[in-house]
Amino acid sequence: MPAPGPPPALLLDAAAAAPTPAALLRRRTLRHGGIVFGGSALLLILGLALLAPWLAPHDPYDQELSRRMLAAGWHAGGTWAHPLGTDNLGRDYLSRVIYGSRISLLIGVSAMVISGLIGATLGITAGYFGGRTDLAITFLVTTRLSIPVVLVALAVVALVGSSLRVVISVLGFLLWDRFAVVMRSATQQARVLDYVTAAQAAGCSPLRIVLSEILPNTMNHLIVVATLEMAQAILLEAALSFLGLGVQPPLPSWGLMVAEGKQFMFVKPSLIAMPGVALFLLVLSINLLGDGIRDVTAPEARA
Amino acid sequence: MLRYTGKRVLLALLVAATVSLLSFLLLNLAGDLAQAIAGPEARAADVQALRRQLGLDRPVLIRYVEWLGRVVRGDFGESYYFQLPASEVIGERLPVTMTLGGLALGFAVVLAIPLGVLAAVRPNTWLDRLALTLSVVGQAMPSFWFSLMLILLFGVALRWLPITGSDTWAHFVMPAIALGYYATPAFMRLTRTGMLEVLASDYIRTARAKGIRTPRILFKHALRNAIIPVVSLAAVQLGFMLGGSVVIETVFALRGIGFLAWESITRSDFPLVQAIVLILALLYVGLNLLADLLNALLDPRLRVG
Repeated sequence: MPAPGPPPALLLDAAAAAPTPAALLRRRTLRHGGIVFGGSALLLILGLALLAPWLAPHDPYDQELSRRMLAAGWHAGGTWAHPLGTDNLGRDYLSRVIYGSRISLLIGVSAMVISGLIGATLGITAGYFGGRTDLAITFLVTTRLSIPVVLVALAVVALVGSSLRVVISVLGFLLWDRFAVVMRSATQQARVLDYVTAAQAAGCSPLRIVLSEILPNTMNHLIVVATLEMAQAILLEAALSFLGLGVQPPLPSWGLMVAEGKQFMFVKPSLIAMPGVALFLLVLSINLLGDGIRDVTAPEARA
Repeated sequence: MLRYTGKRVLLALLVAATVSLLSFLLLNLAGDLAQAIAGPEARAADVQALRRQLGLDRPVLIRYVEWLGRVVRGDFGESYYFQLPASEVIGERLPVTMTLGGLALGFAVVLAIPLGVLAAVRPNTWLDRLALTLSVVGQAMPSFWFSLMLILLFGVALRWLPITGSDTWAHFVMPAIALGYYATPAFMRLTRTGMLEVLASDYIRTARAKGIRTPRILFKHALRNAIIPVVSLAAVQLGFMLGGSVVIETVFALRGIGFLAWESITRSDFPLVQAIVLILALLYVGLNLLADLLNALLDPRLRVG
């Protein structure tokens, strides 16, 4: 026979006085400056990327040689038909900056998904099984960290030939280390908790325990690393494209636009300033969002 | 300590060997080297002849073992472009990269440690926030773009510094700032956390109770202990910076091995690329080993592991 609990009315009162964890999380999230700013900026950029064909005033590939190197609309000699002016081939710069968000986001998200799958699998396996498995995977991570990423990525892209798909795969296969490191220690912590022991005692397979017990409870770590790695991948793609071995012209990659504008930087610095600022804002908003998620999901981890 | 050192050295050697294998395989299997060297317009027969001449028609693992055998004896192959031993070409350029790395590290430490100490002394004030903002902003700026902005400011607008080249010390100022700036957040955060921890400890309270003046407590008693992890971070960061110098050296046309690597990739001079990848990886492994050993030397508790 169950022990008599408190009358229902009292339970309701207690619930009203102490907000649920979900409500607390929601409140902390909405009050966190970094999340609010980073999240809205990221949503804005995502909106720009998705709605680019409707928002961009011109076709980003349309060259009009009679309208080369126009100044921005607010300058003398500029025209509001090209609000940010045009580049050396007469292409509308605002449209190119807007379309550039598609490339950065596509590469950032895809590389993050690939590296996340590799890294999280390795990290969780190492953390869950421990022992020799852990040693082997830790060794793999150490080895990966010793490989100079930028250089190897440049060389491989040069050999394979650069395309969006190649850049994404190279970045995805090179950037999984942080996923592995973080998920390994998160799994190590979760593995010894009572609910995992209970699941083990109930005879669940390791795969099931990982998927239904460990993964949901380490999800916050996974999301934080995912944001960091996405930012990292975006910066690396920009660097590769800037060095001429990433995304190829005429695609409007922000890194490539900086490289193309570099020849004219002394006469028209805005050509490198604008894609650079766009990259900076995108990476900043992703980082702020990631840091914010870490703050609100694990308040005790705040440094 | 001897046992610990032995274990670490062995692990480092193992990592170095694996990295050499991986990078060799990656560069040899990613694409057709002979085709890349001959160019896209070359006739199939010529490519085949080139392949045979360079020995690229033999199994990759055999080539790896031969290559490794030569590397162990100090022979890193011959550069197609310079027609000189790769070790000679690299040896000529390495000092520039090492100078850049050293200066960048110096810049990062000089900027980050005082900021980290200040942030720890006044946690959650505007100073702390300023330090945090600097690091958040720094991490979000693409390094090549930051370099170009430095060029526009110091090279073009103010005309203080030369823009490209590596002839004088002045040529190293902007590259060192650009490269070092990215390491500052890590140093700052580590100094701040270390200082916060140390400042809360009993011996600092005792020192305060004895009436020792605050600056002396901070720098003589606290920083000394807080800085232990920073020393090993410095070694690790230097390794990262040497690897990351490709971008910065290329922007400033600084004639170090990073710029050399980029030039060699665009010239399909793959023996040289291979050698540089290996050298950078070895430097990274070596610096990490140094970091581990320094840590153990400075903090005896770690030697047990």
